[in-house]
Amino acid sequence: VGDWLNSPLSIVQGIFAQNVPNSDWEKKVTEYFKEKLKENNATNWVPSLNDVPVHYLKPNSLVKFRCMVQDMFDPEFYMGVYETVDSNTNARVLHFGKYRDVAECGPQQEIDLNSSQTVTSERQTFYCVPVPGESAWVKEISFFASQARVSPSTSYTPSRHKRSYEEDEDMDLHPSKQKEQHTGKSCCSGGDIHGCVEPKRLETEASAGHHVISPNCSPPLDLNFPLPGEKGPACLVKVYESWESFKVNDVLEVFGVLSVDPVLSIVNSEERDGSGLDPMECMDTAEEQRVHSPPASLVPRIHVILAQKLQHINPLLPACLNEEESKTCEFVSNFMSELSPVRAELLGFLTHALLGDSLAAEYLILHLISTVYARRDVLPLGKFTVNLSGCPRSSAFTEHLYHLIQQLVPASYHLRMSIESMNHSRFIPRKDYTANRLLSGLLQLASNTSLVIDETQLEQGQLDTAGVHNVTALGNLITWQKVEYDFNYHRMEFPCNINVLITSEGRSLLPSDCQVHLQPQIIPPNMEEYMSSLLTAVLPSVLNKFRIYLSLLRLLDYSISEEVTKAVEEDFVEMRKNNPESVTADDLHKMLLVARFLSLSAGQTTLSRERWLRAKQLEALRKARLQQQKCVNGNEL
Amino acid sequence: MSSPASTPSRRRGKRGRGSNPPTPQDARSPPSQKRRTDDSTSTGDLQPMPTSPPADVQSPGAADALFSSPPQFRHSAIPLDFDISSPLTYGTPSSRVEGTPRSGARGTPVRQRPDLGSVRKARQVDLHSDGLAEDIVATEQSLGQKLVIWGTDVNVASCKEKFQRFLQRFIDPLDKEDEDIGLDLNEPRYMQRLQEINVVGEPFLNVNCDHLRSFDENLYRQLICYPQEVIPTFDMAANEIFFDRYPDSILEHQIQVRPYNALKTRNMRNLNPEDIDQLITISGMVIRSSQLIPEMQEAFFRCQVCAFTTRVEIDRGRIAEPSVCKNCNTTHSMALIHNRSMFSDKQMIKLQESPEDMPAGQTPHTVALFAHNDLVDKVQPGDRINVTGIYRAVPIRVNPRVSSVKSVYKTHIDVIHYRKTDSKRLHGVDEETEQKRFTEERVEMLKELSKKADIYERLALALAPSIYEHEDIKKGILLQLFGGSRKDFTHTGRGNFRAEINILLCGDPGTSKSQLLQYVYNLVPRGQYTSGKGSSAVGLTAYVMKDPETRQLVLQTGALVLSDNGICCIDEFDKMNESTRSVLHEVMEQQTLSIAKAGIICQLNARTSILAAANPIESQWNPKKTTIENIQLPHTLLSRFDLIFLMLDPRDEAYDRRLARHLVSLYYQSEEKMEEEYMDMAVLRDYIAYARSYVNPRLGEEAGQALIEAYVDMRKIGSGRGMVSAYPRQLESLIRLAEAHAKVRFSDKVETIDVEEAKRLHREALKQSATDPRTGIVDISILTTGMSTTARKRKEELAQALRKLIQSKGKAPSLKYQQLLDDLRAQSDIAVTKEMFEEALRALADEDFLTVTGKTVRLL
Repeated sequence: VGDWLNSPLSIVQGIFAQNVPNSDWEKKVTEYFKEKLKENNATNWVPSLNDVPVHYLKPNSLVKFRCMVQDMFDPEFYMGVYETVDSNTNARVLHFGKYRDVAECGPQQEIDLNSSQTVTSERQTFYCVPVPGESAWVKEISFFASQARVSPSTSYTPSRHKRSYEEDEDMDLHPSKQKEQHTGKSCCSGGDIHGCVEPKRLETEASAGHHVISPNCSPPLDLNFPLPGEKGPACLVKVYESWESFKVNDVLEVFGVLSVDPVLSIVNSEERDGSGLDPMECMDTAEEQRVHSPPASLVPRIHVILAQKLQHINPLLPACLNEEESKTCEFVSNFMSELSPVRAELLGFLTHALLGDSLAAEYLILHLISTVYARRDVLPLGKFTVNLSGCPRSSAFTEHLYHLIQQLVPASYHLRMSIESMNHSRFIPRKDYTANRLLSGLLQLASNTSLVIDETQLEQGQLDTAGVHNVTALGNLITWQKVEYDFNYHRMEFPCNINVLITSEGRSLLPSDCQVHLQPQIIPPNMEEYMSSLLTAVLPSVLNKFRIYLSLLRLLDYSISEEVTKAVEEDFVEMRKNNPESVTADDLHKMLLVARFLSLSAGQTTLSRERWLRAKQLEALRKARLQQQKCVNGNEL
Repeated sequence: MSSPASTPSRRRGKRGRGSNPPTPQDARSPPSQKRRTDDSTSTGDLQPMPTSPPADVQSPGAADALFSSPPQFRHSAIPLDFDISSPLTYGTPSSRVEGTPRSGARGTPVRQRPDLGSVRKARQVDLHSDGLAEDIVATEQSLGQKLVIWGTDVNVASCKEKFQRFLQRFIDPLDKEDEDIGLDLNEPRYMQRLQEINVVGEPFLNVNCDHLRSFDENLYRQLICYPQEVIPTFDMAANEIFFDRYPDSILEHQIQVRPYNALKTRNMRNLNPEDIDQLITISGMVIRSSQLIPEMQEAFFRCQVCAFTTRVEIDRGRIAEPSVCKNCNTTHSMALIHNRSMFSDKQMIKLQESPEDMPAGQTPHTVALFAHNDLVDKVQPGDRINVTGIYRAVPIRVNPRVSSVKSVYKTHIDVIHYRKTDSKRLHGVDEETEQKRFTEERVEMLKELSKKADIYERLALALAPSIYEHEDIKKGILLQLFGGSRKDFTHTGRGNFRAEINILLCGDPGTSKSQLLQYVYNLVPRGQYTSGKGSSAVGLTAYVMKDPETRQLVLQTGALVLSDNGICCIDEFDKMNESTRSVLHEVMEQQTLSIAKAGIICQLNARTSILAAANPIESQWNPKKTTIENIQLPHTLLSRFDLIFLMLDPRDEAYDRRLARHLVSLYYQSEEKMEEEYMDMAVLRDYIAYARSYVNPRLGEEAGQALIEAYVDMRKIGSGRGMVSAYPRQLESLIRLAEAHAKVRFSDKVETIDVEEAKRLHREALKQSATDPRTGIVDISILTTGMSTTARKRKEELAQALRKLIQSKGKAPSLKYQQLLDDLRAQSDIAVTKEMFEEALRALADEDFLTVTGKTVRLL
């Protein structure tokens, strides 16, 4: 492992010293690291903040972090280049301030704030949190991918005591996990097992973090995760280039210099104590101080050298699929060749999960690969919200169904609707002006997160204002794929791309694109046993194929040929001719949606006549079911 | 640190300026001593706190000691009535000789300007003082005149002279601002302002930088680049003129010049390190304001031994406590007397960028403002303001004991001038900000566009392209977006005529009504979107709230008020409850909202167009029923809609075919093509905004005639069949529509073609919504009275028939209900429903012919 991993700043110093008079040293630095990271598997050598607790990482080393931009703070002006003067010898030295929080200088040195060499530059701070709702398997797989290579270099851990602790922990974790992986059968039921193991690991690190800062920080800092019960490090990510291209809720992978300088924390305590004295410091409220410069041990800083937006967070896929790299193409074509068996298996798996209902399973696949691929003025195209009605209420079916989905998609959240949760949880992110930050809400989710809304547990009751707002927000999310964040004086729309699946007994009170009425073929006496046995029956390798399948197909392009357009047109006219009531424009919309995802689910990127007919058939089946349902309980309209 | 490295001279300049916040200098500033003695003279020359503490902490103690050492203060304290802002201290020798108007100026105390930082200090370059030559970046040709403030290219004398000339001569008869009430635009504007100051006694002179720029480009540039130096010079100049003119005037303090509208009014997002220490104007919204902070400007010390007193000025946020009494030489005997120290007001304000300026998908930026003295508490959270001020950056100290500095600067703006942007809206003056937005090329482009013959169709097509066909509806909405011309008939007692066009869409569910509403809502800048189901009357109008902190009553405005000058889109109009709908009556005709609640009685403007969508009561539109029957809305409300469209699913093969093609294309079109159309949306938005603010068509003679004819025709159609098919409201609608159509053409005159189109559209809408389903005749009374004339006639006939029937029954005092119905049915040649029968009974009961009790009908 080279220096560039352990002390990137010294590399920067080197490049800086060589090129000092001209300003292109910055470009050279970025290029250098870009080259380094391109090397074989180099990205895996970089320890990840997602996996390794902060206090195990060496300060000022290179780290990576997979995260979502939760909030954007104001841009900062910092000393890009500054000069120090030695008070004894009067020697002047130039330093760079980039990738640093503190302008350092030696014991005998003073910073000459008035030097003509000083360059003021600008950088942007993002408040980043781990991807909300990230599934345990994503964490785990990426953990293994990097840990395997990083562990030999754990020698950088600051103290022997800690090192041994980590090694112990590793020993504890590794064998058990690897066993799971290899024995396979236990792995999939591991949904719960991982659920236990993983948080525990994270918990220890979190509590350790708390322990460190407890003297300074009396009430625990709210790390502002969108979803309740989330764990993991939040991070202040300092971006130096093209920050305009990043948006709130973007998922990023950043490579940068970890800064946990304890000085940053000292600053805070000092400032808080002295706030009464120094008028400069009372500019911001105490809350704002806390939020914008939290203790570095709790919220580390990353000074970004390279950052990229992620299309997906599935570690089983190459990070970037657009590139014309042979490796990527190979991967895609390899997978495409074995697509249909995978689809068949997945269909079978989901059919069992949906109690033997293959039509519902078909729709569930379509739903899982749906994504908003474009917006026409206000209309989002490609959203496919499915309302799975007729779910058995008693047997915790929805709970287990969610666990299965969680095993398949990289990020998900299970929203159990109840009067209580509607009235009391915050769905819409809200700007907190005292602390000057965006308080996160449940609906601040990254693209392609699966949101499973469970309506079966909803009881009668009174929604208060907050509840009404929350339900409206959910409705808007489903219909327009956008969330209106509350900025107190005004509201602002943030487009989103969230797959919503609603499980309900009757028709859902929320809007949906298509309602599928579940017709269970089997009622297992013990739902829990049934569901967990389903998971154990799937080989981990097959499970991984499912995961790849769902993530990959979502990214494919799609088109309709002129010929098929004609056919569809004819078809539509024909259908209308017979019975104009039966087919509306809306229905055509739905059929086209179904046809799109049906083609994609088979790996085809153009619509064929057969797929169109199949789509029509599916729709007809689905509608017939609804009709039937209507007849069964006539009062339900 | 501050500005780019390209201006080293400037940097040097700042160093000398003692303690201004943005320049954490003085690490090595040997020459400052001299300058110090020279001009740290001031009495109340209060240091603004936000000076650079970090800098001086680490900077060599030498400088600090130097500055705070008592001898200097003694030195400087001599001319107490002598201040920098006064011409005396500023003056170059030449200006002194000229004889400044001491009389007036002297009597008026100087109020120092914390907003400019501590500029006064150490900045004047005195020609006669030696040893300063090194600091003078000046050409040495002629003494005094070529002297500039170092670090800048500002020559005080010439700058002052130019500004005086500007004040005395600037006239711009064309430029009208809303504050200009009572100004004679053909006289020098700022001389009138000075006169105003003399009368009113508010010693602030607001100067529009735009004026300055048109007067003297160079002076303007200097003002923008070196506000700290130039503004005091302006003060000086203004005071000279003022006291020259009004020597006896008594002001609270000397006049302070406040420039505003520093042309580069910019977005907060564009601020960058190059703007530091420059005069900038940014717009935004106040989100938080701090308590008033009393800031010590001058400390008063008294020796506890000998009662000797001394004053110590604040220097870069610190007071240097004298350790030795100068009188009795006792050490540590000086005590601070709070009551005799001087304080100034200061307030911290957070400004957030306005939502319009924000790129999609990002969170708004904020910037801190420091307001001083009388600018404190001028703005409240929620206000939209334009701020003119000086952008500052200050390093943050890590720890006084550690030499490292946090490499980040804190930035803020010292406010010089506020201008509220939304208060204007309440006065109804045209939106200046919106007008400013168009560049010349853009205007050219729009004008070019407006000349196209098919511009109307083109725009209608560009509207919501994802929604298929419904062209007339789109045209209607297009006209609504443009709106009619606003007319004022206040003097004749009629008040404002409504210029806004209201549209109701009703029709089958799933005909993309909501989508159309969403589109409009996203298109217009001041749109509001509500759903009838979810809104209450107060949510639409306004409500009074008690602020939990201040116990003050606050008026919170609702959707209708917020969409003043915009469009309020109301979805599910039919689901709105009665009381909520009733507030719309006033809004839709009078365009105001009256509130009488919790002791607040007021009338708010709500000049909003309403675009509403309603679903038929039976979920599917029943073509056999009238509009009123289908949507169950009171006709009083319906008649307030200019256009009512039905959005029905057309049953037509060709249509289906086109629709299918259109939809299919949605499902595979590439992103780029969509981008193109998105561009169109921006053009459309600009086009509408431009037309709304600049085009104000009036009726031409011909058009007037055409309108009269159209109206007479409409009434004639009806009168032929014994009914009225048009009311004055319809005429008004026609006028509005014609005006809007003229606006689409960017025409200042309404012409016959506009009237033709208005007529056509109106007829089209009527045909759809006011057709009597029984007769197929367009009948306006369906909308105005809720019942078609034929229906009314039929009702009367039935009642008569019933009366005859009863009379034919002879003298029976009471009749069986069911029996009567059966008899009537047997007799009548049309099918008599129970409802019709009951209606007839009711009509007879109204005539006191009979009464109905339970199942029997009694004759009277």
